[in-house]
Amino acid sequence: METILEFSSSIFLLIGSFLCISGGVGILRFPDFYTRMHAVGVTETLATAMILIGLILHNPDFLVDIKLMIILLMTIFISPTASHALAKAAQHNKLMPKLDTDIKADNKKVTSSNP
Amino acid sequence: MRHTLFLSLTLAMFWVLISGHYTTFILVLGVISIAIVVFVAHRMDVVDHESQPVHLTLKLPAYYAWLIKEIILANILVVKHIWLGNKTISPVMTTIKASQKTDIGKVIYANSITLTPGTVTLELEGDKFIVHALLRESIKDLESGEMDRRVTQLED
Repeated sequence: METILEFSSSIFLLIGSFLCISGGVGILRFPDFYTRMHAVGVTETLATAMILIGLILHNPDFLVDIKLMIILLMTIFISPTASHALAKAAQHNKLMPKLDTDIKADNKKVTSSNP
Repeated sequence: MRHTLFLSLTLAMFWVLISGHYTTFILVLGVISIAIVVFVAHRMDVVDHESQPVHLTLKLPAYYAWLIKEIILANILVVKHIWLGNKTISPVMTTIKASQKTDIGKVIYANSITLTPGTVTLELEGDKFIVHALLRESIKDLESGEMDRRVTQLED
């Protein structure tokens, strides 16, 4: 039993870490503010959940598990509100999103300027 | 009355689970704290169907299960496109219609959209949401209206 819990906890933590790194890479890679926000979405939903589930499985103390679950619930309630506030602030300050057509044009420019 | 009872129960559960000490002294302190919080909440006039959505309690678990499945699928999609790179993404911004009647239904819908990676609600005006999406497919999924239908089912 102990080993199964230990093993599954490690698996969850590993997946969570991978998702966190992916979110970070997305923030660096994506072209503009709004698309970067979607990359943050990965870190704040599934990555957080995976890491917290991993920690819950790792810890046998029931009261600590409850506290971790409350943290998970709070993150799930708070993060969309924060994302929405960020997005709305950006929109109100007239930050225009780079849409599909702009990105295609950019790519073309880059490829045509390369001889 | 129902909302006050629900609030007190939630607070009592919260106290017992967080504190972890079950001596009489601590429990009495808990009861006093809960009474003060409920009293202040009443004075602020925030104890109603919006802060304590009792009527949703039974229907929420099924919706959560569906939402978690959606979130996992959306996460996989976004992570895939993060590693595939910029050329594969197609950011779009459109207006979609929401069929919810109550404010709380609209909030649940808007928050669910934001919670699934790849789509963010930018603005809410009447029954129209402005949504920014990382991929065209995500917008198509939203326009097909399954999430909208499920949230509407939740509220009545």
